[in-house]
Amino acid sequence: MNANTPLPAAPALPILHMRGIDKRFPGVHALKNVEFRLFPGEVHTLMGQNGAGKSTLIKVLTGVHPADAGEITLAGQQVHLTAPEAAEAAGIRTVYQEVNLCPNLSVAENIYIGRFPKRAGRIDWATLNRAAADLLAGLALHIDVTRPLNTYPIAVQQMVAIARALSVDARILILDEPTSSLDEDEVQKLFTVLRQLKARGMAILFVTHFLEQTYGISDRITVLRNGELEGEYRVDELPRLTLIHKMVGRQIDLESLNQPQANAATAGETFLNARDAGHSGGVQGLDLEIRAGEVLGLGGLLGSGRTETARLLFGVDGCDSGQLAVGGKQAHFKSPHDAIQHGIGYCPEDRKTEGIIADLSVRENIILALQAKRGLFRYLPKKRQYAIADEYIKQLGIKTPDADRPIGLLSGGNQQKALLARWMATDPKMLILDEPTRGIDVAAKLEIMDQVLALTRKGLAILFISSEMGEVVRVSHRIAVLRDRRKVGELPAGSVDEQAVFQLIAGGEQ
Amino acid sequence: MNQTSNTGGMRARGAALARHPLFLPLLALVALLLLNRAFNPHFFQIVNQDGHWFGSLIDILNRASPLALVALGMTPVIATRGVDVSVGAVVAISAATAAVLIGGQMHIVNGVETYASNVPMSVAILAALGVGLLCGLWNGTLVAWVGMQPIIATLILMVAGRGIAQLLTAGQIVTIYYQPYFYLGAGYLFGLPFAVYLVAAVLGLLWWLMKHTALGLFITAIGINPVASGFAGIKARTITLCVYAFCGLSAGLAGLLISSNVKSADGNNAGLLMELDAILAVTLGGTSLGGGHFSLIGTLIGALIIQTLTYTTYSIGVPPEANLVVKAIVVFVVCVTQSDVVKKLVIRERMTLEGGR
Repeated sequence: MNANTPLPAAPALPILHMRGIDKRFPGVHALKNVEFRLFPGEVHTLMGQNGAGKSTLIKVLTGVHPADAGEITLAGQQVHLTAPEAAEAAGIRTVYQEVNLCPNLSVAENIYIGRFPKRAGRIDWATLNRAAADLLAGLALHIDVTRPLNTYPIAVQQMVAIARALSVDARILILDEPTSSLDEDEVQKLFTVLRQLKARGMAILFVTHFLEQTYGISDRITVLRNGELEGEYRVDELPRLTLIHKMVGRQIDLESLNQPQANAATAGETFLNARDAGHSGGVQGLDLEIRAGEVLGLGGLLGSGRTETARLLFGVDGCDSGQLAVGGKQAHFKSPHDAIQHGIGYCPEDRKTEGIIADLSVRENIILALQAKRGLFRYLPKKRQYAIADEYIKQLGIKTPDADRPIGLLSGGNQQKALLARWMATDPKMLILDEPTRGIDVAAKLEIMDQVLALTRKGLAILFISSEMGEVVRVSHRIAVLRDRRKVGELPAGSVDEQAVFQLIAGGEQ
Repeated sequence: MNQTSNTGGMRARGAALARHPLFLPLLALVALLLLNRAFNPHFFQIVNQDGHWFGSLIDILNRASPLALVALGMTPVIATRGVDVSVGAVVAISAATAAVLIGGQMHIVNGVETYASNVPMSVAILAALGVGLLCGLWNGTLVAWVGMQPIIATLILMVAGRGIAQLLTAGQIVTIYYQPYFYLGAGYLFGLPFAVYLVAAVLGLLWWLMKHTALGLFITAIGINPVASGFAGIKARTITLCVYAFCGLSAGLAGLLISSNVKSADGNNAGLLMELDAILAVTLGGTSLGGGHFSLIGTLIGALIIQTLTYTTYSIGVPPEANLVVKAIVVFVVCVTQSDVVKKLVIRERMTLEGGR
């Protein structure tokens, strides 16, 4: 199916109809003649791989990047969304993947910023706080709205962002990967809210990479591929496998998705050994053994200490109790630099603030850790830098016009691949991957995991962290389960399923 | 056919040139120089007298030297998202140290003038530079290890530094009577002022460090994203410390030049408000105060713009009381043309013009 075939009939008139949308960026034809419809009272999921044009389409719709060609009608009226303000005035509200609120303002201020209720020329704090609390109560969130936003976890901040979007009369609500930082429970709460909104006639455009969620909430699905409309489908007419094929544009080997890696276990000698290790305010009493050629999965819920464990082992948070040993010798990591010297690399969870250096080129980002490992004076000649960067761009299939493009301009999946390249270039003995596949489409996810597993076969040790328990179970040779910043047990993978992990998390017997 | 493609190619090359980050600073400098030429036909003239070159351009180069040194030291600091507002005070401390240590007297022995200093000149110079370095280390420690905000951390020394300088000179303006010392700020080497060579040496050193070590990459990375730089294994604290230390050192060197040039040290007025001129020179050169990518050559051009501007206001007879206003207007124009908003407007204008053709 392509953009020219008629779309399936729908019950009513669409509230939003985008037709013939075309958008070019220097070097990229991001959207080619794309059509998109959104009906009142539906949840419509936009799917596609990284670089398929989802983000661009959303940006066109929110006025961030006005389209080069095409027309947009809202409830039958043609509109020109040339700026974010125009889109907001038209009743299009957006919640972005990254929470973009003011962390040091209170929750209530964040929700009503720019629209504070006033009385006698002064801000009416009582009304403001009450309204905010009521709004959040509607989302089943009961928190103190006068506390600064950054005192709450990301998940709560995400709910606040949604509340902010709902606090004005919105006709269209766009949720751009709002669930990537939410745990299962919170996702369900969000979905409850979305269903209520749907029942009230709100048109919801949902972007996610999670198939489960797509099928859990959507009424219809629009698939984009390479900037073109692949098709629009009712969710019950589109089996998962077909959806993936349509996104990827080819048959992919789904077996590799489901095959446990455990039987490939060729675990070698212990690389890193933590004994009773801890950092005050972080994980405590951690006993962990990571062996060469093995993937050790970390299971646990949000806040169970997964990232804290990674920070401890990478020297971000110093180990102030217990011991760490690398290759049998005691090691003190005062900074990531020390950990890197011992052959450890870390792809952090928060790619934007802890991973990429946005204004530096892809090349500079890739060689950065290697250069830091070599030190200040053994500067890699430019030629070598390009050789290394080009090699990994090719090997990992990083989509970029050239190695000199600022990494901030690449899509999330390609940034993640470049970060992986950064560590692969240092020839590491152990990699810590904290949510390496968050916000990344299925194909890129597979590619990244393939690369990682290929590395383990060459003797690399991997500490794998993911909130998708299925993924952890599938990839790991062993799983260490965390709860409340302590390790509560260890499971051999292959023989266990997610249920076993959850039981251990819940505190039950295996 | 051929001709059109040729002009098209030239236009493209011209556009690429116009987009070069140093294009606007250079344009501003050239415009200022041409303005001077319009008022003074001999402006570009350089004459050789007794093996020394003299002329307005040489004069500007020479006079811009202390500012250029301070601004070159400031550039890496600003690139790490920092700022050092204490450089003016450090200039005063360094000048006071050198002046007090050298002091100096002139004796006439057998009809020959001989000079005696309190301590050997080399010791005094090293001491002054050492004091500058110490000041820089102090600032760097506060920023990198104590974690203070750069402007506050360096504000401490900005305020205290003048006091320290006055303590050193016991509240007096110390005059230097030691002929060899004057060579630093007023001497000539191979026909050009000695100070110019000092600037060239510092620029050369920095340039070499940026090209042949990873320092430039690390500084830029820290300026763009300090957290991610640390996660990539860059020792951000050590580098930040070094960057401030170097800034202090170059301010110390500028203090030597200034005290040598005016043959005295005035704790109150040496290097007064120099920190602002230095920050200005860095920004005029196209380095963003937000940190990240920086340009050493740009900074040098910035310093020259400021000095040329001062020269211009005097030479075209702007009343002294209006000097600062003129300076402010030029700075305003240069900064506005460099802002992203204006750049975008210009690009849009150009596109509509070309589209309409």
